[in-house]
Amino acid sequence: MLAMNYRGPYRVRLDRKPVPVCEHVQDAVIRVTRTCICGSDLHLYHGMVPDTRVGMTFGHEFIGVVEETGSGVNNLAVGDHVIVPFNIACGKCHFCKQGLFGNCHESNAQATAVGAIYGYSHTAGGYDGGQAEYVRVPYADVGPCKIPPTMDLDDAVLLTDVVPTGYQAAEMGGIKQGDTVVVFGAGPVGIMAARSAWLFGAGRVIVIDHVEYRLDFARRYCPAEVYNFRSIEDPVVFLKKTTDSLGPDVCIDAVGGDAAGNALHTLMGTKLKLEGGSAIALHWAINAVKKGGTVSIVGVYGPTGNMIPIGNVVNKGITVRANQASVKRLLPKLIDHIEAGRLNPKELITHKVPLEEIADAYHIFSAKLDGCIKPVLVPPTARA
Amino acid sequence: MRNLPIDPSTIPGWGIDADPRNDPTYPMRDRSRDDDTGMSWERPPLQTRRVEILASIEHNRLPAVLGTSTPPRGLSGMIRRQAFKYSESQWTHWLMLMAADRVNVVEGLVDDVGRGRIPNVPAEMGIRSELAHNRAGFVEKVAIAGAVVGLGILLARVTRPHPHGGRGRRV
Repeated sequence: MLAMNYRGPYRVRLDRKPVPVCEHVQDAVIRVTRTCICGSDLHLYHGMVPDTRVGMTFGHEFIGVVEETGSGVNNLAVGDHVIVPFNIACGKCHFCKQGLFGNCHESNAQATAVGAIYGYSHTAGGYDGGQAEYVRVPYADVGPCKIPPTMDLDDAVLLTDVVPTGYQAAEMGGIKQGDTVVVFGAGPVGIMAARSAWLFGAGRVIVIDHVEYRLDFARRYCPAEVYNFRSIEDPVVFLKKTTDSLGPDVCIDAVGGDAAGNALHTLMGTKLKLEGGSAIALHWAINAVKKGGTVSIVGVYGPTGNMIPIGNVVNKGITVRANQASVKRLLPKLIDHIEAGRLNPKELITHKVPLEEIADAYHIFSAKLDGCIKPVLVPPTARA
Repeated sequence: MRNLPIDPSTIPGWGIDADPRNDPTYPMRDRSRDDDTGMSWERPPLQTRRVEILASIEHNRLPAVLGTSTPPRGLSGMIRRQAFKYSESQWTHWLMLMAADRVNVVEGLVDDVGRGRIPNVPAEMGIRSELAHNRAGFVEKVAIAGAVVGLGILLARVTRPHPHGGRGRRV
C-alpha cells in the first residue's frame, strides 16, 4: 500500500509499505477515505517531539471503511464507514471509565503521561497513522463511530480531532453567559474553539494570531474580533485595555509549541529544543486572563519543561484546564451540532490533495502558503 | 482589517451548550465511576509482543495493546534503549531520545543509499509547492544560503595558516 514515510525534520515522502493486519483480537483494519494533516503533525514534522522515528507513518485524523476485523470485534462490520477518534482507548481502564478517553492506560507502553495517538511518535505509543491507504485500528469496538448516512465525508473527517479539540477547549474554559473569551491561534483548532465559545454563551470572542489570511477567515467564520499581535505592541496590555483593564474571563491556548512572537522562546523552544516548544502563547494567556479566570490549553507541547510565568498562575488565582480531546465522549453532541447546521467544519478545508502529493501538502501547511487553513489528503483507493 | 460589532444572539446555536454545572469544567474526577482500587479493572486481552517494545519504567506492566511501528534498531536504537532506563520525569530520558532521533535521520539516509536509492531531499521537503507558491521566498533563501557559504569560504581562506608562517594572506 501507499503510506507516508517520515525521513527526518521537514522531510516526508510516499512509499510502499505492507498492508497492516489485525495484531490483536480487538483490532480492525480500515481502508482510509479521507485523512488530514493536523497542526500538531507539524510539531512532528519540525522534529520537536522526542522518539519520532524515521520510517513512521503519521496521521491521527482519518475516516475509512472497515476492511477486516479481529475475532473480538462485535460492534463493527466489514463495509462500515467510520469516524476514528485520534485517541486509542480501551474503554475499560480507570481513566476511560471516567470519560478520559485521551488518557487511556492500556494503549501506550512508551509513556504514562500521554495516551496513545495514531501516528504520533513512539512517545504517543508507536502506532502507524492514517496518512496511508490502510491503517490498523486497535480497540475497534470502542473508538470508531459509524458516519451518519447524511453526513458529508469532509465534515466527518474533521470530527476525528479538529472539531472536538476546539469544542473541548471552549468547554474547559467554563464559559459563562456574556464572558469575554480570547483564543490564541487562528489555525483550524483555534477557529473551531472560537466558534464553539459562542455555543457556550460567550458575549465577546477575540482571536489573536499573526497570519493575516487566517485572521480574516476567523473574522468571517467564527465570527470574532481578530487582532494581529505584530501590529499591537504588547498583546497582554492590549487585551487588558480592551477589557476595561481587568483582562478576559477565559484565555484559550490553541497554538502550542510552534508559537511565534518571542525571540527567546523561539530560540529555546523551536530552534535548540531545550523547551518543550515555544510557550509564548501560553505566557500571554496566563498574563492576560482576568484574576480568578480560566486558561484552557489544547496547544500541544513536548514532554520536557517550558518557561511560563507559573508564579502569576498562583498570584492571580487562575484555573488551568488542559487535556487531549476526549473525542468519543463528544462525538454524539458534535454530530448533532453539524446535522443541525450549528457547526460547519468542512468550510475549514482549503486544500484537498491526492495522498501522492503529501510532501507538498506538508510544506504548504507548514509554511502557510497559498492561503492554507486545513489540508485533506485523499488516497488513490478512495478516488477509484 | 476592520472588526465590526458582533451581536451574539444572531449566531446559530448561541448559548445552546451553556451549562451552569460546567464548573469546575471538564476534565474533572468523576467519583461515581472511579471506584477501582489501583489497577484492578478488567483488562482487555493482551497483544502478543512480536517486536521489541521499549516501555516507560513508570509502567508496572505493558498495556494490553502495543504500537509496533519502526522498532528500535542501529545506533539510534541503542541510544533509545539507554534513554528508557530513565523515567519520563528525567530530562536525560527526553534529551537522549531527541539525540537518537537525529542519529536516526543519518541512519535513514545511509539505509536509503544501501538499498540503491538516492533520496530526493528537495522533493521530500516539498520544493515543488515552494516554487509554485513562494518563488520569491525560495530565491531569497538560496541567496542567503549562498552568501553564508561564500562568507564561510572567504573566512576559511583568510584564516588559513600561511605555508611559510604568518597568519595568511590579507584580502
